[in-house]
Amino acid sequence: MDFVTAERIELAPLIAAVQAPERGGVASFLGLVRNHHGGREVLRLEYSAYAPMAEAECARIVAEAEGRWQVAVALRHRVGSLAVGDVAVAAAAASAHREEAFAACRYVIEEVKRRVPIWKRESYADGTEVWVDPTATLQHA
Amino acid sequence: MPASITPSLTVRVLLFASYADALGAESVSLTLPSPATLATVVQHLRALPGGEQLPPKPLCARNLAHAAADEPVAAGDEIAVLPPLAGG
Repeated sequence: MDFVTAERIELAPLIAAVQAPERGGVASFLGLVRNHHGGREVLRLEYSAYAPMAEAECARIVAEAEGRWQVAVALRHRVGSLAVGDVAVAAAAASAHREEAFAACRYVIEEVKRRVPIWKRESYADGTEVWVDPTATLQHA
Repeated sequence: MPASITPSLTVRVLLFASYADALGAESVSLTLPSPATLATVVQHLRALPGGEQLPPKPLCARNLAHAAADEPVAAGDEIAVLPPLAGG
């Protein structure tokens, strides 16, 4: 499976991929490009990835979720140039019951943010651009 | 003990995002004393022009997986030094 894609992400195919007659609950998450960051107006952003490792890390995260809960998981992360409102990341988890679906979906998205080697460069309305560093909380102070 | 040639190994290190900008390259080739760890890689990277912009303990990956600084490095490994992750 290609977890990292330059194509526009649609949620419906991800849900279809995890749906099954025995799975009565599907939880999904969409991460969208926000129009503000640190008080500045964001116009666009560019996601870049260390693609082979991002694929490997996504595969490990999905396998972990599917090992820990009785779920089927689908995951996509976009790379390239995105506009405000575009889907940057999508996850769907299907299970017999909602608790496992919610838990697995939450796990997957949190681990993606924590572990997958992807970076974003934001372009602001004032003409500046910066590589976003989530660890630098005082970046825009 | 006779004076000997210090064994060395050459590795290619991949750089991304802000670190690629800092070093002005998406990969660099480093010749390291052997044995070497990822910490050795980082130390040599930080000695290059622009390398001082890297933190002393950046995230590192070896063969497509996150790896600790004390992991040994072997010839042929795919090494990467990763800026703070910002996916999601």
